[in-house]
Amino acid sequence: MTETRGKVVGVNGNMVSVEVDGNISLNEVGYVVIGDKKLKAEVIRIRGNRAELQVFEMTRGIGVDDPVEFTGELLAVELGPGLLSMIYDGLQNPLPELAEQCGFFLERGIYLPALNRTTKWTFTPKVKAGDTVTAADTLGTVPEGIFDHRIMVPFDMTETYTVKSIVSQGDYTVEDQVAELEDSKGNVSQLTMKFEWPVKRAISNYEERLKTGEQMVTKLRIVDTFIPVSLGGTYCIPGPFGAGKTVMQQITSRNAEVDIVIIAACGERAGEVVETLREFPELTDPRTGRTLMERTVIICNTSSMPVAAREASVYTAVTLAEYYRQMGLHVLVLADSTSRWAQAMREMSGRLEEIPGEEAFPAYLESVIAGFYERSGLVRLKDGTKGSVTIGGSVSPAGGNFEEPVTQATLKVVGAFHGLSRERSDARKYPAIDPLDSWSKYPGSVDKDATEYARNILFRGNEVDQMMKVVGEEGTSLDDYVIYQKGEFMDAVYLQQNAFDPVDAAVSVERQQHIFRVMMQILASNFNFEGKDEARMFFNELRQKFIDYNGSEWDGDDFKKLEKAILDQVESKKSGVDRLAVDILETTKA
Amino acid sequence: MQKVYSKIDAIQGNVITVTASGVRYGDLATVNSAHGTSLAEVIRLNGTNVSMQVFTGGRGISTGDEVRFLGHSMKISFSDNLLGRIFDGSGRPRDNGPTLEENLIEIGGPSVNPARRVIPRNMIRTGIPMIDVFNTLVESQKLPIFSVSGEPYNDLLSRIAMQAEVDMIILAGIGLKYDDYLTFREQLEEGGAMARTIFFVHTASDPIVESLLVPDVSLAVAEKFALKGKRVLVLLTDMTNFADSMKEIAITMEQVPSNRGYPGDLYSQLAARYEKAVDFEGAGSITILGATTMPGDDVTHPVPDNTGYITEGQYYLRNGRIEPFGSLSRLKQLVNDKTREDHRAIMDGMIRLYAAYKESLEKKSMGFRMGEWDNKLLKYGEAFERTMMDLSVNIPLEEALDKGWEILAECFDANETGLKSDLLRKFWPKQEGQRQESA
Ligand SMILES: Nc1ncnc2c1ncn2[C@@H]1O[C@H](COP(=O)(O)OP(=O)(O)OP(=O)(O)O)[C@@H](O)[C@H]1O
Ligand SMILES: [Mg+2]
Repeated sequence: MTETRGKVVGVNGNMVSVEVDGNISLNEVGYVVIGDKKLKAEVIRIRGNRAELQVFEMTRGIGVDDPVEFTGELLAVELGPGLLSMIYDGLQNPLPELAEQCGFFLERGIYLPALNRTTKWTFTPKVKAGDTVTAADTLGTVPEGIFDHRIMVPFDMTETYTVKSIVSQGDYTVEDQVAELEDSKGNVSQLTMKFEWPVKRAISNYEERLKTGEQMVTKLRIVDTFIPVSLGGTYCIPGPFGAGKTVMQQITSRNAEVDIVIIAACGERAGEVVETLREFPELTDPRTGRTLMERTVIICNTSSMPVAAREASVYTAVTLAEYYRQMGLHVLVLADSTSRWAQAMREMSGRLEEIPGEEAFPAYLESVIAGFYERSGLVRLKDGTKGSVTIGGSVSPAGGNFEEPVTQATLKVVGAFHGLSRERSDARKYPAIDPLDSWSKYPGSVDKDATEYARNILFRGNEVDQMMKVVGEEGTSLDDYVIYQKGEFMDAVYLQQNAFDPVDAAVSVERQQHIFRVMMQILASNFNFEGKDEARMFFNELRQKFIDYNGSEWDGDDFKKLEKAILDQVESKKSGVDRLAVDILETTKA
Repeated sequence: MQKVYSKIDAIQGNVITVTASGVRYGDLATVNSAHGTSLAEVIRLNGTNVSMQVFTGGRGISTGDEVRFLGHSMKISFSDNLLGRIFDGSGRPRDNGPTLEENLIEIGGPSVNPARRVIPRNMIRTGIPMIDVFNTLVESQKLPIFSVSGEPYNDLLSRIAMQAEVDMIILAGIGLKYDDYLTFREQLEEGGAMARTIFFVHTASDPIVESLLVPDVSLAVAEKFALKGKRVLVLLTDMTNFADSMKEIAITMEQVPSNRGYPGDLYSQLAARYEKAVDFEGAGSITILGATTMPGDDVTHPVPDNTGYITEGQYYLRNGRIEPFGSLSRLKQLVNDKTREDHRAIMDGMIRLYAAYKESLEKKSMGFRMGEWDNKLLKYGEAFERTMMDLSVNIPLEEALDKGWEILAECFDANETGLKSDLLRKFWPKQEGQRQESA
């Protein structure tokens, strides 16, 4: 705490106005004292000796003249070993520990340490007395799950230091001293395995930011093949309610090929987080053989939890991600939903009586959204290893209309757009990503010419479909009709994917490339059909086989048998190959 | 500590302002006017300026009326004595029973720690095939009925309430038409459910601000009963009225509206109520069924739109039927794998075919030629609507599933249904000729 004192002069929703008698800074943390409780708050505006604070708790019961204390510190998170598999609220309070203390309900004014104080970690030093180090250099490591957690020089120690002492290999808690560093003036800092970092400041202790390019595999066919995401990239999933944003993020949090996943459940349903936190400890991560929970951190500020903490929660999530990136790991942040975060900003902006922009969102909405996504990136660390933070945010546009401020501001800054459509979710075509509107600027697992060819068929098939609604099937040529059938076929067997099927739910890149080749042969073939009825029956039958094929174990007997059946059926009616596809078929060949 | 003030500085809409000290945010006061006594709640503190929303409205209040601060926030009496009783939004009796004042509990309390929630697991049977088969209701779910005003959503609510296997029902009436209120009462009395029901009713003729208390009061009471092990069903009707009351106060307080006049925190406000739905491990549960009328049948209107983003699905009521499209129960997957092995297949398969029927119907209306397949679909669609969608149908889930197979067999060949072969072998109704064959 600092010397500065304040007293409440006004309360409006979760904002209090405070008169202060000393120095304070923007984003500094203060506590409103009511009775024996201290409610955490953050300074969001200062004018003269009057400051506005957003309170991270219910404000009921606060009165004029209640005292306010200031910490002199910005809103920060605790970094150190033991973050993985934790379930935190937006301010990094561990929720299970809170439950042990308070029972069913979230009592306000209770803040617990984020990192367990009694767990012992086996520390192995990586430097010796006399070595010189700078911020983010590794002093030693501790094993955390399957990772070597680097104990680093705190990121805000900006000088060059000499290691004065370092403990020998052994078991230590996060509060035990592990090293002493001395700066050029002879000041000595005692270090433990934990330190704090302000959430709203990006961690940038790396050598350089690299251009993204390596794929982040999600095991969703439509994403990896057509609208891929790169490690260190950004993407958004806008969609109306019930279209499948959360299910998509849940699937990705399980299957994504990254080291660590940080889930920010931001202003959405508590029940959805519960599914994750009850199921992940039971599920094994095929890459490591350990439970999924061991590579996951959940930041959970659901819709009925205090709004100001919701605003903080996405920053908490991305700060933890940046911390693990400093260890040369690939981290994925999934935020559901960024619209709730934007709404939290809007509520505060309204209380501050700022001049509103479109739909009452603050004028700085765009720059804040851009700033958040900019914290992603693939970097080369000082020791040469690479790490990345990838950010995927869902967007919940009012009325399902993408022309609203949050969606638009997000689309300006992300590298891929996975737009969900009400039409497709109504038709139970999952994942309900609109294959024609969605886009990505990142390279994917299948050759671009080939995906373009496939996409073009989809596009033309859709045109024929629209036309048929006007002129009827009778008025459509057989050639057009076959294009339409090919488009529908591809939609059914490749774009759609059954999240509840044990095999189909997650498809490896290898398998995607393989079945894409099989599908390409179908899309590129000319067929000699008598008429439309025959064409329809042909594709229905082919579809049924392909769906079974998708559900069969990769490269197993059934898989091979079904593949042969598919190719045989194609051969039986094939009359040639589309001239434009010859080259593509060559290049996509194994 | 009670403080009495006899000068009101400002009266604007339903909000009054007095100069006072020692007042806390959320505190209650009583306002004594010529028209009686009303409760008021502190909604803004600015120095010594205290703004309050007056639950019976600002009309008729004089600047000289007496304001008495109670020194606490809104509370409601909680005990088994509530059962069978009818109250208004502030907890005053609407029946002839006594006023209850013992064991006061706070309303609008903190939310449940997500780490203490459990995955919902119990189906609530309603006897309505469009719910049981296609969008199963689950204990602790929060789910509204979306409809235009005029649809029989209140009938549907009371029917579900009567049939659902829950321990008690709390009816939260918000701007409820007086007739509807009487009908609810009548139906629950006839069904013998009155003794396990509590009414908190704000009717359309009551002051609009008073409706703001109804959900919180109802849910606070529900929470206490649930903690004592009761499975509670809360009916909130109609939440659009609730949102409209919030809008009115927001405009009076000169808040910048976000969308069609509604305040920017509409989502958080609605969520704070709906998220009270919960299954307490080792105790009872709260299930919330709401009614949300859609002004102009527009689902993108801010109230249904925000509601849809909060609730775990919705039932679309249109033309007196629950529509298969647009209706959704997000929790159905959690229970429908344990009911009967054909449940999921029938659910998906029949809807897919119904969608195909709709397409054929459209083609037909545009004058296109109907093929053999179209004609099969037309027959199917008609049978589906009559057997499954009609709200007068009242049969258990298993019977509904059997009916589903019957309809399919009447209209299609087995291999046209797109259902898995092993299920077809087991459930496809055998016709006379076939039975001999397979024998
Ligand atoms: N890939 C999928 N496979 C099967 N069903 C799905 C899939 N995606 C979504 N669904 C169905 O749709 C429902 C709603 O999905 P979800 O909760 O992800 O929507 P949402 O877009 O997150 O909605 P909201 O904005 O309201 O949170 C799910 O409960 C599930 O029934
Ligand atoms: Mg969602």
